[in-house]
Amino acid sequence: MRHGKYRFIVGFLVPPLLLYGIFVLSPYAQTFYIALTDWRGLSAELNFIGLENFAELVRDGAFWNALRHNGLLLVIVPAVTIALALFFASMLNLGGRRGGSAVQGVRGAEFYKVVYFFPQVLSIAVIAILWQFVYNPRSGLLNGVLDVLGLGFLRATWLGDPSLALWAVMAVLVWSGVGFYVVLFNAAIQAIPRDLFEAALLDGAGRLATFRRVTLPLLWDSVQVAFVYLGIIALDAFALVQIMTFGPGGPDDSTMVTGLYLYKNAFEYARFGYATAIGVAMFFLTLSLAVLTLRVTRRERVEY
Amino acid sequence: MRPATLVHRSSRPDLPRREVLRRAFAAGVLVTPVGGVLASCATAGGGEGGEGAKGKVSRENPLGVDPSAPLEVVIFDGGYGEEYAKYDENIYRQRYPEAKIEHSAIQRLQEALQPRFVAGNPPDVIDNSGSYWMDIGALVADKQLTDLSELLDAPSLDISGKKVRETLRGGVEEFGKYGDTSYVLDYAYNVYGLWYSSSLFREKGWQYPRTWTEMLDLCEEIQRSTDMAAWTYQGQFPQYFHWTILSMAAKVAGPEVLINIDNLEPNAWKQPALGQAVEAVYELPRRGYIMKGSHGLSHTEAQTEWLQGKAAFIPSGSWLESEMQDITPDGFDMVMGPHQNIAASDRLPFEALLANPGEHFIVPARGKNARGGLEFLRIMLSNRAAKKFSELTGSLTAVDGSEEGLSLGSGFDSVRTALEAAGANTFGYRFDTWYTPLWDEMIDATGALIRTEIKPSDWMARCQKKADEIAKDDSILKYKRQPG
Repeated sequence: MRHGKYRFIVGFLVPPLLLYGIFVLSPYAQTFYIALTDWRGLSAELNFIGLENFAELVRDGAFWNALRHNGLLLVIVPAVTIALALFFASMLNLGGRRGGSAVQGVRGAEFYKVVYFFPQVLSIAVIAILWQFVYNPRSGLLNGVLDVLGLGFLRATWLGDPSLALWAVMAVLVWSGVGFYVVLFNAAIQAIPRDLFEAALLDGAGRLATFRRVTLPLLWDSVQVAFVYLGIIALDAFALVQIMTFGPGGPDDSTMVTGLYLYKNAFEYARFGYATAIGVAMFFLTLSLAVLTLRVTRRERVEY
Repeated sequence: MRPATLVHRSSRPDLPRREVLRRAFAAGVLVTPVGGVLASCATAGGGEGGEGAKGKVSRENPLGVDPSAPLEVVIFDGGYGEEYAKYDENIYRQRYPEAKIEHSAIQRLQEALQPRFVAGNPPDVIDNSGSYWMDIGALVADKQLTDLSELLDAPSLDISGKKVRETLRGGVEEFGKYGDTSYVLDYAYNVYGLWYSSSLFREKGWQYPRTWTEMLDLCEEIQRSTDMAAWTYQGQFPQYFHWTILSMAAKVAGPEVLINIDNLEPNAWKQPALGQAVEAVYELPRRGYIMKGSHGLSHTEAQTEWLQGKAAFIPSGSWLESEMQDITPDGFDMVMGPHQNIAASDRLPFEALLANPGEHFIVPARGKNARGGLEFLRIMLSNRAAKKFSELTGSLTAVDGSEEGLSLGSGFDSVRTALEAAGANTFGYRFDTWYTPLWDEMIDATGALIRTEIKPSDWMARCQKKADEIAKDDSILKYKRQPG
C-alpha cells in the first residue's frame, strides 16, 4: 500500500520534472556557456572566447544606452502605474461620500472598473498597433484631439521624435498596465473590513488621511508584488518597443531597450554568443531587482 | 510589402512570435531556445558538408542533377509574392518529372531556417530576403553556401550559345561575390530614383530638375504656388534617403566614392563628394521642403500621402509602382527620374543610376540536393522565367534584356527608359550586406539629419566612427571590391 503510494507520487512528479529539466534548466545552463563563445548561430561551429563578450559589453555604448532606457522605465513606469492604480482603486471603493454616511465608491464605480480593465483584454500586439495609429502625426487621434482642444501647438511626431518616443512608449505601458492593478488593489481593498474605514470616518479622517493611514498600510503586500511585476516589465518592454517603435528601437536608438538589443544582435547581426551574454547580464539584473524589491519593501505585516 | 532586403532591414515582424516573447518576461528566458538548438546540434557536429544528390552530366543536364532527387525551395513571401517561383518550379517539374518539389513561402527566414542550418539540414535553394533574412556574411564565414561558379559557367537554358554568366546584367555577378567566390544570385534588379506624377508635372508645367539647384528652385516654386509640400519620405525608414545621398555622391566623383565606403577605406565617410551630397540633402529639411509629419510615417503611409497629392517628390526604388498599384489614382502616371547632379562638373552624367540588385538567392552547401538548387536558379535565369517574373511583379530581373517587349505601366516604362539612358553608368554599394551595423548606423544618422537634429558634419563623423569600429574589429569578416 505504502509502496504503491510512492510509485503514484513519483509517477506524477517525474514527467514534469524531466520536461522542466530539459526545456528550462538545461537551456539556462547552456546559456551561460554560449555566452562565453563567438557562436554565430548559423552552424555548429563555435569557439570558446572566455569573457570577451562581457568585456565588450562593458565597453558597448549601445548596450548602456539600452540599459539606461530600461532604467528610466524602471524608475517611472512602476511608480506611475501603481500611483494611478491606487488612486483609482480607492476612489472606486472609498471615494464616494454621499451624505457623509456610509463608506462607498464614486458613482458609476462598477462601470469604471470594467473600463479600466479593457486594455488588459487586448494582446500587447494589438495595443502596440493601436497606439501606432493614435500617435500617427498626420491622421492620428492624439494630434487630432489636440487640434480640437485648441492645443494645436502641442502637435508632435511622437514616435518619430527621439526626444518624445520613449515617453510615448512609457505612456502606453502605463495605460495598458494600470487596469490590472486597479483590479488587484480593488480586491485587496474589499478584503479590508469595512468597519476600519467607518471608524476612520467617525474619527473625522479625510479621504487622504484614510488612504495614507488605513488603506495603504493594509494594501502593502499587494503593492509590493505590483512593484516586482512592473519592475520586470520595465526591464523587458521588448514586445511593445519591437512592435510599436520605428526601426524598431528608434528613431536613432531613442527607444532601444536591452531585450531588443539582444534580439538585434542575435537575429540581425548573427552574433548569438554576444546576444547570449546580454541575456546573462539581464538575467542577473532581473534577479537582483526582484530580490532587492522584496527586501527593501519588507515591512511588518499589519494584522486585522 | 517590401521586395528589397535592403529597404527595411528591420521592419515589422509577425505577431505570434512577439506574443511568445512577451510571455518570456525576462530576456534571460529569451535565449533559452538558442541553447536548446545548440544542445541538440553543436555536440552532434551538424551534418556533413557532402555533395548531396548527383546525377549524370550531359548536354541536357549540365549541372549533373539527380532527376529523382526531391527539391526543396523556400521563397521570401514579400512584395514579389511567390507566383513566379511556382512558375519556375513547373519548369523544373517538366524537366525532371520524377522529382518531388517542396515549396514554401515564408517571411521570417532567419527564425525558420536557422535551426535547420545548425542541424545541417537546410533547404536546397532559398530566396534569402526580406526584413528577417539570414546574415549572408555570417553564412559565408561558416561555409554554409555553395559556390555558384558552376552555375554561372553552365549554358543558359534558353538563350542559345551563352553561358549563364553572359546573360546577366552588368554588376549582378559582382554583387553575388563574397571575396573571390560567387555565393549569391541577386535576382531582382532594383533601380533607385525620385518618383513623381508625370501628369501633375505636365499640368503645372514643371520640369523634372537635372541639377540640385534646379531641384531647390522647383521646391520653392511648388510650395509657393500650391499647398503641396515639395517632398515627403518614408520617415520610419530613413534609409530611403540613403539612395539619394549615395547616388548624388557617386555622381559627383564617380562610383569610387561608394567603393571606398564598401572597402572601409580610412575617412571614406569624409570624402568631399559625400559631404556635398549630404549638404545638398540637408537643404531640404533646412528650407522646410519636407512635408510636416513625414518623420512619423511608414513607407506605405508616406507613399499614400504622395499619391494623394500632398507632396510632389518621394525617393524610392523600381518596385514602387507594383507596391502601390492597388491605391494609385487613375491618371496619376507615376514615373521615376534619376537623382540630380550637384554641379556641372560632376563626373557622372545626370542619367547615371544607382542600381542595386536585390532578392538574394542562395544554395546551401549542406542541402540534400544542392545541384537541384543550382538547376532551379538556372531555370530562373532563363529568358522565359525572367520575363514571367517581370510580368508578375512589374520589376526587372538580373537577366539582361528579359523585359523586352513588356509594357507594364508608366513606372515600369520609366525605369526601363532610365536604365537604357544610363547605359554603363550604373553603380552600387555593398556595405549594407557586408556590414549591417554600419548600414544601421547610417539609418540612425540620416534620420537625425533629416529631422535637423544633427548637421552634415556630424552625420559624416558618426558614420565614420562606426566604420572605424568595424574596420578595427577582427571578429568581423572583411571584403574588398575593385573598381569597374
